[in-house]
Amino acid sequence: MVNLNMSVSELEEQARQCRIDIIRMLAEAGSGHSGGSLSSVDILVALYFNFMKHDPESPTWEERDFFILSKGHVCPALYTALARAGYFPVEELMTLRKLDSRLQGHPAKNKGLPGIEVSSGSLGQGLGIGAGVALGLKIDGRPNRVWCLNGDGEMQEGSIWESAMAAGHYRLDNLATIVDMNGLQIDGEVCKVMNIEPLDEKFRAFNWNVVKCGGHDMADLLRAYEEASGCKDKPTAILAKTVKGKGVSFMENVAGWHGKAPNADEAEIALKELGAL
Amino acid sequence: MVDMKPTKNGFGEGLVELGRRNPRVVALGCDITGSVMVSLFKDAFPDRFFSIGIAEQNAAQIAAGLSLAGFVPFFSTYGVFASGRCWDQIRTTICYTELNVKIGGAHGGISVGPDGATHQALEEIGNMRAIPNMTVIVPADATETRKATIAAGEMLGPCYVRFGREAVPSWTKEDDPFEIGNANLVRDGNDVAVIACGVMVYEALCAAEELEKEGISVRVVNLHTVKPIDTGAIVSCAEKCGCIVAAEEHQIYGGFCGAVAEQVVQHCPVPMEFVAVDDRFGESGDPEELMSEFGLTSSDIVSAIRNVLKRSGK
Ligand SMILES: Cc1ncc(C[n+]2csc(CCOP(=O)(O)OP(=O)(O)O)c2C)c(N)n1
Repeated sequence: MVNLNMSVSELEEQARQCRIDIIRMLAEAGSGHSGGSLSSVDILVALYFNFMKHDPESPTWEERDFFILSKGHVCPALYTALARAGYFPVEELMTLRKLDSRLQGHPAKNKGLPGIEVSSGSLGQGLGIGAGVALGLKIDGRPNRVWCLNGDGEMQEGSIWESAMAAGHYRLDNLATIVDMNGLQIDGEVCKVMNIEPLDEKFRAFNWNVVKCGGHDMADLLRAYEEASGCKDKPTAILAKTVKGKGVSFMENVAGWHGKAPNADEAEIALKELGAL
Repeated sequence: MVDMKPTKNGFGEGLVELGRRNPRVVALGCDITGSVMVSLFKDAFPDRFFSIGIAEQNAAQIAAGLSLAGFVPFFSTYGVFASGRCWDQIRTTICYTELNVKIGGAHGGISVGPDGATHQALEEIGNMRAIPNMTVIVPADATETRKATIAAGEMLGPCYVRFGREAVPSWTKEDDPFEIGNANLVRDGNDVAVIACGVMVYEALCAAEELEKEGISVRVVNLHTVKPIDTGAIVSCAEKCGCIVAAEEHQIYGGFCGAVAEQVVQHCPVPMEFVAVDDRFGESGDPEELMSEFGLTSSDIVSAIRNVLKRSGK
């Protein structure tokens, strides 16, 4: 059995392992999203290996918390977290983006990969899906929580704000979304492409609770998850400050690594930096 | 060997050329400015480029407003989002009002490859041609995409141009004619006609060449404008050959094959076969691998030709 109640230092080590997986998967696939996968992997590891209620042996367990990957392009980070948590064999990670793989370029529910709740990859839809699940759980009086992961660029989609309004309106305190605040999208800096700030005030104006944290600081992430879970009558937006490409020096804060995979040489350097070689 | 070039490059080059010809042409970016080649326009005319962010519905709305204010706006993003995310804005605001808005639908087809189903546009020919007042163009290669983009910018009214991501054979000639609504006969023949759009025209030419060795004479028509459709070109295929294969890199229902068949059954019923994606979502994989997995190669056209010949007793 995998330890799903890891300490901060165990989480850090798990995240390092997951980063190594991400580099190996992307290099093997020859395409995919490096930057956002590396910026969100700590967020996912803290959820899957400590905080979230789930059972890899029983992915559709009635009492599980739901996780919705709204920014579907960073699925390599989700795939490694799921595999390392025991949802499917770790070797399967290397089939990413190949014909007939369950690990599609964007999460595909129809492929039957355990742990995937919904297909995603068209930005701006996950928060509303999460709100719908949260509403359904409330109707049935179930205690499960819903966790969603969004990108900061994704905040530009109008549907995000329709969903935010509904979640505030229905006081969905069983819903939390983590916004990966890496400050970059494809065309460059989020503030230049289309400014989303002040994001905290926007969420508050939509009747949300807002928690800020360091998105690579495991203890701080756990604190934020705790605060979200304790909040009554409001959904929580966790604004997690991150670095796009975190952990690989030449990818950090470079927009060009958004949708690019490392070649063999680049992967070797990255794996060395991550202590894999 | 034929040159290879992505059709999206033709879109970017056409947009720059239009920008030179008409100072009222403006372009909107939806955070994938480089990958849809609007970046070429942005570099050439930085004051006439506006970043809208990841907000396709708003891009369609802003484009609508810019056209009301007298500009010729282009917005471009992946075809799934360009045609799908803002379909109602395109239908009711842009097409119903007949606004002069141009849409560049990138990443058309299964050949998008490893990104998988979410990013492979396979329904836009159908969902765009269903709307009154919309012009829909699916150019065959990069050169034709450049001409189509310029023509789109110079016509009046809503227009959707579909293009792809991967390098594909660049086989049309600089001086080949291109007129919206006028199909190009690219190979004469009288046993069977293949009517195709996009990258499938080249596949049809390859199929025709192969069958020529067996003495089968294949006519190939590049029906680059799906709407308004060139009924005359379709009717003459039926009259000359007596049977037709239609081919598209798109879902089989509601798209190009259906558009051709609508004309055939109304004006000149003859046996037809379709080469298209068989009513299923795409998958991750190499572009080439996917084209054969989804039945979109010249050999699939050859099989369709054999079937339609058999059905028509030839
Ligand atoms: C509706 C939609 N429009 C466009 C895209 C193309 N796209 C994929 S990722 C991306 C940028 C996302 O930026 P952000 O949300 O900041 O994600 P991150 O930086 O964390 O990768 C875009 C525009 C998409 N997947 N869906």
